[in-house]
Amino acid sequence: MRYLPLTDDDRAAMLAAVGARSMDDLYAGVPREAVLDRPVALPAHQGELQVERLMTLLASCNLPAGRTAFFVGAGAYRHHVPASVDHLIQRSEFLTTYTPYQPEIAQGTLQALYEFQTQVAMLTDMEVANASMYDGSTGMAEAALMAARVTRRRRIVLSGGVHPHYLATVRTACAGAGLDIVALPPAVDDEAAVARAVNADTAAVIVQSPNVFGTITDLRAIASAAHGAGALLVAGFTEALAFGLIEPAGAMGADIVVGEGQSIGNALSFGGPYVGLFATREKYVRQAPGRLAGETVDADGKRGFVLTLSTREQHIRREKATSNICTNSGLCTLAWTAHMTLLGAAGLQRLAALNHEAACDLADALTAIDGVELLTPRFFNEFALALPKRADAVVDALLTRGVMGGVPYHRLTGAPGFENVLLVCATETNTPEDIAAYAAALAEVLA
Amino acid sequence: MASRYTKDHEWVRVEGDVATCGISVFAAEQLGDVVYVELPAVGAQVEQGAEMAVVESAKAASDVYAPVSGAILAVNEALTTNPEKVNEGPEGEGWFVKIQLTKPAELDALMDEAAYAAFAKA
Amino acid sequence: MTTTVSGNRGLLQAENLIFEIGSETRTGVDLPAPKGRSDRLGGLKRTAPLPLPGLSEPEAVRHYVRLSQKNYAIDLGFFPLGSCTMKHNPRLNERMARLEGFADLHPLQPEQTVQGALMLMEELSRWLVTLTGMEAVALSPKAGAHGEACGMLAIKAAIVARGEGETRKRVLVPSSAHGTNPATAAACGFIVDEIKGDADGRVDLVDVTEKLGPDVAAIMMTNPNTCGLFEPDIRKIADMVHAAGGYFYCDGANYNAIVGRVRPGDLGVDAMHINLHKTFSTPHGGGGPGAGPTVLSAALAPFAPVPYLVRDGETLRLVETESGADPDARPFGRMCAFHGQMGMYVRALTYMLSHGADGLRQVAEDAVLNANYLLARLKGHFGAPFGDRPCMHEVLLDDSTLKPHGVETVDLAKALIDEGYHPMTTYFPLVVHGALLIEPTETESKAELDRFANVLIALAERAKTDAAHFKAAPRLAPLRRLDETRAARQPKLRWRPEEALRAAAE
Repeated sequence: MRYLPLTDDDRAAMLAAVGARSMDDLYAGVPREAVLDRPVALPAHQGELQVERLMTLLASCNLPAGRTAFFVGAGAYRHHVPASVDHLIQRSEFLTTYTPYQPEIAQGTLQALYEFQTQVAMLTDMEVANASMYDGSTGMAEAALMAARVTRRRRIVLSGGVHPHYLATVRTACAGAGLDIVALPPAVDDEAAVARAVNADTAAVIVQSPNVFGTITDLRAIASAAHGAGALLVAGFTEALAFGLIEPAGAMGADIVVGEGQSIGNALSFGGPYVGLFATREKYVRQAPGRLAGETVDADGKRGFVLTLSTREQHIRREKATSNICTNSGLCTLAWTAHMTLLGAAGLQRLAALNHEAACDLADALTAIDGVELLTPRFFNEFALALPKRADAVVDALLTRGVMGGVPYHRLTGAPGFENVLLVCATETNTPEDIAAYAAALAEVLA
Repeated sequence: MASRYTKDHEWVRVEGDVATCGISVFAAEQLGDVVYVELPAVGAQVEQGAEMAVVESAKAASDVYAPVSGAILAVNEALTTNPEKVNEGPEGEGWFVKIQLTKPAELDALMDEAAYAAFAKA
Repeated sequence: MTTTVSGNRGLLQAENLIFEIGSETRTGVDLPAPKGRSDRLGGLKRTAPLPLPGLSEPEAVRHYVRLSQKNYAIDLGFFPLGSCTMKHNPRLNERMARLEGFADLHPLQPEQTVQGALMLMEELSRWLVTLTGMEAVALSPKAGAHGEACGMLAIKAAIVARGEGETRKRVLVPSSAHGTNPATAAACGFIVDEIKGDADGRVDLVDVTEKLGPDVAAIMMTNPNTCGLFEPDIRKIADMVHAAGGYFYCDGANYNAIVGRVRPGDLGVDAMHINLHKTFSTPHGGGGPGAGPTVLSAALAPFAPVPYLVRDGETLRLVETESGADPDARPFGRMCAFHGQMGMYVRALTYMLSHGADGLRQVAEDAVLNANYLLARLKGHFGAPFGDRPCMHEVLLDDSTLKPHGVETVDLAKALIDEGYHPMTTYFPLVVHGALLIEPTETESKAELDRFANVLIALAERAKTDAAHFKAAPRLAPLRRLDETRAARQPKLRWRPEEALRAAAE
């Protein structure tokens, strides 16, 4: 067995050194009836070649996004990731190390986290950011819980533009903690309704921008309504790249900016692992969840970095911790920060502009088709269409024409309503030919 | 009056009906370098033995319990920016709160300096 | 220490922050120029500054390679961090996760195009359920603590379904538990009640008996426990908890000690998370991403969260919404957007297929043997708080033999760094003063264990006469001891553009 260094001779010598006759002696503390006397009923070990063959067979039963004209977004985005990013995250020293609890021999991870936190704060125009969350949805749930701690209130208001999976995640986490969820009905653009829903019991108003329908929202009115009532504004997002082009939530009064970072540096990977970005105001940082890297000096006065403010965390505060989280999304964080460093402001702005132009071109091409209506008033790289037919049937029909055309909104909720609404996304990976192919296929399907 | 102490290592000193409280020299030494103190809101009501504040070192956090019941009259704002004052003078400049006493009789159950010294040593 | 003009020390290169070496106009990606068509942003174009520095590819590669060389890693040396299971991460796992057919799949693309991914999830589920002897598994939790929340929310849903939601609120947690256990129970709305440990480092059976009652929702136990011992009364405790109407949550952090040899389902467990990054070798990545699939007993299986997998004859589908659930399922909610850590599922299944049922059993045995071998080598040199009975996969020692000489756990840890080792887990579990928790895992050779034991024994000897050596350690790491008090008193959590201006002025 290629991963096990001990030989049978080693095992015999070690058992003798321990003073045990057999392994059974070492498992003597286990109740007899619970010990299996033979391996469980699963296949025996196999060589690399055989395992690779099996896994490749499973992989070949899927249709990779890149083999089609691909326009699926709604929370995960297909972008080009530079080759060097994947190389760097496979460096042994990053891949096979632990949480940096011994800072003297973990400065690589710690400095990268410190740089990551700074980049996230700059991108969102916030004061501070943490070292990441599991993903955008769990980050949003943590933001709701944090707002409840800060305000000592229990009412969480969510815009109808929040991704339904995010809403369900927030609902689950907040129910556990006994918070009240007020979810506004699904709406492409509900700025005024959100502002009206705030009252003196409200801990947080959660708005997503760009939202699940792609709509960008000016958050300033909602921020002033929230702050007027003593509530926090939590601004969510699923496409971090948008902030290369649109006004970031931090510049519009958000108290917590939280969302998905997958689109920078990370593969689609069927939904995970991803990386949650979480930024807030300095005054709330002691109520923030997750790890934080901070600057300090060593015994010789040299600059270095450590995990800090750890007294908020579960290993010290136990049941009084700000959150039960004990990991961040380490390697995905590294991929994010390395890709962002390769982009820089200039690259990020250009990449964002290319995404927006592709989406505008796509919107023009698709709305030229009879019966197709654009629902989204302002957007970055995705938007919602109202179709004359059920969106799920249209997606299936498009697939037979080599086009993955988007996500039926109805799939995300399972509830009645919006059956004809299709969520569509374009990125820099879509060529003009892809867009033309989509338009032609959709015209055919709707004809 | 002289200081009195709790089993949770808080001290309290009363002048008139106002009690000044903090953590003992022994507690501050055990905790090490204090990095943060979370204080209650002025006006809050506290009950003897209930959690009142939190004091943190880089690696530990301890709850601080109210040594007596009453209303919080004042908190030591200086600790927010200079938590090291807790180490410099735990039973002086490093005080935490002043409490308007509602049950002065509670003081009788607390230890005097000699009893506390013996308790801390044990 | 020898100082150099450059700040470099041989192979170790000094490296500044990207904000100090990059610039906003430099970039490491080539992109075509936008056409410049009119935007549809509704006037919400960015006006906030965007001071993100860029680097060309060679500069970026150097930056991260230089940083990487300041990290310790399993691939470099022994990493005996107790409770963390730092085993070798096979590279085949990485290659498989990067197959286009897994990595380039969108979570919401049509189900008929992802049947292979769903088959992989089904096969992973089969392995996890068979190995643990449980009824079902919720794959989606994204880490161990997230899995704990999943299990505890399933327990809560089951209790609510019985109409006892308002009355069963107490959760028993041993004092030796990982901090996540009480934190999770509290986050799920339960009241935490701590159970004592006995003098042998195990859960105090009398205390459990006394604390059980009609208001107890669950007990959360780690088994093998954080002292590295198997809880001998676990079956009895499970029966008692069940008889009292509660559920048994098992923290699966230490599953590596028993995988393939003991099935938690046979011990009466109702829910247990499995850290794929511990037992099943997915990389720790400097603190994540993890994965925490949670196995459930028949009593809890109906409450598993969405999404979950259903087979309809030849095809597989995901139930993604509560309204789409089957009539007999009562999902408690959703743990995260999408379907969990697919990239980790691929790696974990690759590892399982590589080892097979026989190999996984050998994994547990070698992990336990390695720990006991270290215990045999080290006893007498360090304090053994619970005597020298056989341990499971980790050895718990303490600093009681060092302390009289003025050396404590943290000093020993820092001296180990100078010797080229990652320290063991220190000061955990909290129930032992000055704890040293060593987990060698099965992927260390006897020679490596001997080398490590020799070093530790030599350090224990040196501590008797040379405390100063320990207090000044580490001397040979990229940095000396860091001032954590300063970091926490005046938190500096990001770089700011003003720093560049200040540096330029100086």
